[in-house]
Amino acid sequence: MTDIGLWGVPLAILGGAIRVSTPFIFVSIGEALTERSGRINLGLEGTLVFGAMSGYAVAFHSDSAWLGVLAAAFFGLLFGLFHGFVCKLPKVNDIAIGIALMLLGTGLAFFFGKPYVQPVAPDLPSIPFGFWSDIPQVEAALRINVLFILGIVLAVAMAFMFRATRIGLIVRVVGDSADAARAMGINIDLVRLLSTGVGGALAGVAGAYLSLYYPGSWNEGISSGQGLMAVALVIFARWNPVNCFWAALLFGGAGALGPALQSVGVTQGYYLFYAAPYVLTLGLLIATSSTRRAMSSAPGELSITK
Amino acid sequence: MSISEVFGGIPVDRSTLRALPNKAIGVATVGMTMRFGAFTALDTVSITVRAGTFHALLGENGAGKSTLVKCMMGFYTPTSGQMMVEDREVEIADPRAAHELGLGMVYQHFTLVPSLTAAENLVISRARVSPVIDWTREKSGLLTFMATMPFSVPLDVPVARLAAGEKQKLELLKQLYLGRRFLILDEPTSVLTPSEADELLGMVRGLTQAGELTCLMITHKFREVTRFADEVSVLRRGQHVGGGRVGDLTTNEMAAMMIGEKELAQSADRVSGTGADILSVAGVRAMDRSGLKPIAIDALTVRSGEIVGVAGVSGNGQMELMEILTGQRPTPAGEIRVKDRPFRASRRQCRDNNVRYLPEEPLRNACAPKMSVAENIAFRTFDTIEGSGRERFWLDGSETRRRGAELVAAFKVKTAALDAPIASLSGGNVQRAVLARELSGDVDLLVAANPCFGLDFSAVAEIRARIMAARNAGAAVLLISEDLDEILELSDRILVMSEGCIAFETPIASADIAEIGRHMAGHA
Repeated sequence: MTDIGLWGVPLAILGGAIRVSTPFIFVSIGEALTERSGRINLGLEGTLVFGAMSGYAVAFHSDSAWLGVLAAAFFGLLFGLFHGFVCKLPKVNDIAIGIALMLLGTGLAFFFGKPYVQPVAPDLPSIPFGFWSDIPQVEAALRINVLFILGIVLAVAMAFMFRATRIGLIVRVVGDSADAARAMGINIDLVRLLSTGVGGALAGVAGAYLSLYYPGSWNEGISSGQGLMAVALVIFARWNPVNCFWAALLFGGAGALGPALQSVGVTQGYYLFYAAPYVLTLGLLIATSSTRRAMSSAPGELSITK
Repeated sequence: MSISEVFGGIPVDRSTLRALPNKAIGVATVGMTMRFGAFTALDTVSITVRAGTFHALLGENGAGKSTLVKCMMGFYTPTSGQMMVEDREVEIADPRAAHELGLGMVYQHFTLVPSLTAAENLVISRARVSPVIDWTREKSGLLTFMATMPFSVPLDVPVARLAAGEKQKLELLKQLYLGRRFLILDEPTSVLTPSEADELLGMVRGLTQAGELTCLMITHKFREVTRFADEVSVLRRGQHVGGGRVGDLTTNEMAAMMIGEKELAQSADRVSGTGADILSVAGVRAMDRSGLKPIAIDALTVRSGEIVGVAGVSGNGQMELMEILTGQRPTPAGEIRVKDRPFRASRRQCRDNNVRYLPEEPLRNACAPKMSVAENIAFRTFDTIEGSGRERFWLDGSETRRRGAELVAAFKVKTAALDAPIASLSGGNVQRAVLARELSGDVDLLVAANPCFGLDFSAVAEIRARIMAARNAGAAVLLISEDLDEILELSDRILVMSEGCIAFETPIASADIAEIGRHMAGHA
């Protein structure tokens, strides 16, 4: 390995940010859609873990990583639709259902996932954008997974959808003023059901990324709370998909800080650096909060801001 | 399933629909009658709103104004009667049918989506929206549309950040944008400052004069009628009692039509003997619910053994006065004194001075809806030992139930059980339960707001008798009410609130209804 000294730290952080942020991007964009429609789905952590397991299992059996991703998206969709369906029943609280689904999703994933801890499934492909360099660290940092690029496309596409499509405007109307939506004759429950379903599917894809690319194997400790942190991230990103992407990158970078410093021999405060994303979550939420009023850009129908 | 079915049946093709009118249309009702059970809300009302006029619909609360416009817009199906649009009989089955004829309505509350910009609100409210919105084209279309309007609003700012006046203008623009040529405005200025109101109504007047629009405005502000309207129709108790060209009528004549020939109702037996000042308010300043208009109570006193009635058209600061007295509204300036000691409506001060409240909407303002009837009745007493008045730490459940049972019986509260949540009671029984709590024990000051609103006759008579009994027992009573009959029946002294101030005061003996009506209408 070529010694590039302290340059290794920012490079490792960049590479880490790209690798670690991908699941954040998918979960948070999905959650942004769900929350823009006026529901909050806290169950995405469970969806993510189940997506990781089901994606890994299907990839192992079919020997195709992409089939695994599709399967994860499908199961994520089911979880999302289930959440959306239960929440439209009267007197149901979306936050409580979300927590129940989080526990159910992880529990089911551990139950069905036991046989897949040992076997090795195929990995998702990545594109070597660092081919021009012969420094291995650069090459490693710029080996970018296809899903990351798909995430960028998705963020831009969803931002466009919210801004300039009928469906996007309808989702925003439903999320902001149920009365206005009803007056327009929009079926609110259906819009929210589909939004939650798509949000779940994206969380499933995020899970498949974890088990099929980075870290790239299925075990019970695969998620370190990405599904939950993504919810905080959506709030920090002010429900804007493109901001979700940048916020995910920031979180990813914070997550890569520990390993990056370790790689250049900084071992002091090792666990502290690993806690960086969580500290960042807390810090950002406090910094962007207001004691006086609810956030101005928050969807009006969201149960946490009502 | 097609995309339009998924997203709520927005018709994608309007070619089958009739073309919308492109200039002001005339609308009339013929013998419109609406009965709810035995109650006649609207009794053969025929009004004609000629094309291109600004028509005002005047009436007290409950006179049937809302019922009439809801029948016109198809929210209600009238018991009998006919709608005429451009001298043709039309059937209006639902609001959508009304929209297709070019009829629209602007409500008191805003129907815009707060986080969407004005442009987004306008485009999405349209019946037909393309799946991908070409904003360059839409924007230029909107700007062309705006150029034909006498006023404009910023298109790219989220509606939540617009001022109330601009929101109301946008509501109006939206109706015009959707091709509505007959507009019903339901008290459009209730959330606006006087200058915003003048601007908005001036614009509407301009549009009607230009023949672009016909407007029917519900209001009870005479100032707006005399300044902006061409014609007026007055409703009282569901009947059309008069109207005509605004220029031919004086404010006094309109007030007389609105209020009617009222006899001073024989009030309940009074035991005379007014005593010392109990409540005195001096120089109090606060903001109203919209945060725009100031409330200013310079001087208000209520003496022991008298009922002071506060009359006024709703929305002139009476509810804010109630909230100031109950401590629900911050008062940056002024002083409230009870029995000559400063009073900030704390629980201790209320208990020491025997201050009791009967707020409007008692279920919301004076109850914990999901707690039981007995618990709600015990709110004043649960933490003191009966007799000694000392505070207690441990609650006494059987004591609470015993007292609850006594009061439920004494005040004839109809409840399935003492343990039933108070929210399960009917409005009148919630009111009785609150009255039972507030009027038991010694009462030195009672502040009541619309105590009989929405109750049936027997309940009304009983509650008024109890208020009178409290007065006769020496309590000072401040009665805030939108029901002038109630004020006239109960009060010893009458105040009129208008535009956040006390505009007029008269003892009951020399009360002149016409004069009270003028002050209520803001015309001194």
